[in-house]
Amino acid sequence: MSELTLTVMRLGFLAVLWLFVIVAVQVIRSDLFGTRVTQRGSRREAGRAQQQAQRQQAPPQQRQQPAAAGRTRRNAPTKLVVSEGTLTGTTVALQGQTITLGRAHDSTIVLDDDYASSRHARIYPDRDGQWIVEDLGSTNGTYLDRSRLTTPTPIPLGAPIRIGKTVIELRK
Amino acid sequence: MSSTTNSPTHHTSTIGSIGTPSRRNTELALLVFAVVIPVFAYANVGLAINDQVPSGLLSYGLGLGLLAGVAHLVVRKFAPYADPLLLPVATLLNGLGLVAIWRLDQSRLLKQIHQAGTAAPRQLLYTALGIALFVVVLIFLKDHRVLQRYTYISMVGAVLLLLLPLVPGLGQNIYGAKIWISVAGFSIQPGEFAKIVLAIFFAGYLMVKRDALALASRRVLGLYLPRGRDLGPIIVVWLISILILVFETDLGTSLLFFGMFVIMLYVATERTSWIVFGLLMSAVGAVGVASFESHVQQRVQAWLDPMREYKLSQSGAPGIHSEQAMQALWAFGSGGTLGTGWGQGHSELIRFAANSDFILATFGEELGLAGIMALLLLYGLIVERGVRTALAARDPFGKLLAIGLSGAFALQVFVVAGGVMGLIPLTGMTMPFLAYGGSSVIANWALIGILIRISDTARRPAPAPASNPDAEMTQVVRPS
Repeated sequence: MSELTLTVMRLGFLAVLWLFVIVAVQVIRSDLFGTRVTQRGSRREAGRAQQQAQRQQAPPQQRQQPAAAGRTRRNAPTKLVVSEGTLTGTTVALQGQTITLGRAHDSTIVLDDDYASSRHARIYPDRDGQWIVEDLGSTNGTYLDRSRLTTPTPIPLGAPIRIGKTVIELRK
Repeated sequence: MSSTTNSPTHHTSTIGSIGTPSRRNTELALLVFAVVIPVFAYANVGLAINDQVPSGLLSYGLGLGLLAGVAHLVVRKFAPYADPLLLPVATLLNGLGLVAIWRLDQSRLLKQIHQAGTAAPRQLLYTALGIALFVVVLIFLKDHRVLQRYTYISMVGAVLLLLLPLVPGLGQNIYGAKIWISVAGFSIQPGEFAKIVLAIFFAGYLMVKRDALALASRRVLGLYLPRGRDLGPIIVVWLISILILVFETDLGTSLLFFGMFVIMLYVATERTSWIVFGLLMSAVGAVGVASFESHVQQRVQAWLDPMREYKLSQSGAPGIHSEQAMQALWAFGSGGTLGTGWGQGHSELIRFAANSDFILATFGEELGLAGIMALLLLYGLIVERGVRTALAARDPFGKLLAIGLSGAFALQVFVVAGGVMGLIPLTGMTMPFLAYGGSSVIANWALIGILIRISDTARRPAPAPASNPDAEMTQVVRPS
């Protein structure tokens, strides 16, 4: 057998062996399953660019700092207070976490209210630290002031959010 | 509302769980690949040594392919959600081992020593037996938790298996280590099977005792010191492994069992102090035994100065001196980065253990550093899949068993590869799947079978949750 053929076979074998290792590692990579996160916003990049443009146009005192030092905005609410309903007086500190409301046992605030859905609404901070309330397709709806929510809406300080017989608001 | 029109699109995402895919077709594709590579290597050896494609190519290729196919069909039928990598990687290692053994059979020098070049067909037979045991494990072990019932029977069984080589008339002393028994003309290494049985015992025992071992402890200098009575089991296992070391003079077996116990103890209790204790105890034990046991001393001598041992053995100095450690290092050295190519090395110069303990030296010479790295990565993949299985397993017994089995596998690879490469003193264990030896191949296929069973249980999609008490009807507000 010629020297050349043997050299080609020698290197070829090593290449094939490594190819197997690489393919096996790829299988591991594709094997990482669990939950899949699907983005609904198709134009996220465009939206982000728009946000930045807005931020630059905004007056300096309203300009929202990109939360490098932990979202410390002035006039930011620090707690969520239940002001009406069976849980009146309950407060939850706002520390950047998402707060879920509903009858489900794993909600942050478990509502004992026949007119609330099991997963009724959630309250979360957006990228700029602005708190947003979103109705999670509840039966009876979530009301901010007098208007029923249809889209995720920023919460003004002190505005009542009504869920069934429960009213909550954000306070400093 | 118009003040903020920046709609938070990045928050409106759906999180849904994906059903676990069964991945059997991926496994089949990898398995075909894993059979083709050894066939390529086999043809390569024939072309390099005899200038022709070996006549046995078709039968070896078909034999390996058939065995792999049977294993795959059984997995498809009895463990459909099992890990897709374990079977192909094990098949590839086994196939490469077959090729290397056949290649050493071709050497004239070894033919003179063994009188006949029959190691490869026998290894193929052992592989078939191993796959048969693998199939039996998958068919009859429907749920690995059944093994939990046999915790203490396993302990007795493991101790018996470990003591068998010491029984007079049954045990065999081969080249200084007493780890074989001879039954009806066959040499069996019971330690290989004891590895699996012992893992079952440790898993069952630690699952019950782990709270006592983890929680009842005092904190001294940042380490959790276990209570004296909780130290009992670790001392018993330590004594047994010391006894193995003294009476069977086998460092590898002893290290494997003690190491496996410490790994499982650490995983069960999450206490670093067990690792510290384990390392201290094994160091004390090894040094203590080495101070009076001549076989161990000799192995340590060969490790510290292999060249001196080589010269002594060449000059015919009194006593047993092993030239193999040095020869293995020369084999690795002459292989270099890319190796000499299949069939073009001279690793047959490592005489009698060339196709068992020292088979890694053949790979090192003929495939070079690149090939050895790939082999070690393949072993690493098996261990990684074992640990991944343990992470995914839902029951503590399965977790501990998977960790124990993959830990034992990893330790064995480390002990053998480290010994051949001169990192640690050489021991009498075999490279899983690669080396010639029936017990090793059969036991390791059973080990892979149990891991596949656990991973099937772990990756099987969870049954649909029971109806949620939260999902009661919400009353609707009717506009009046």
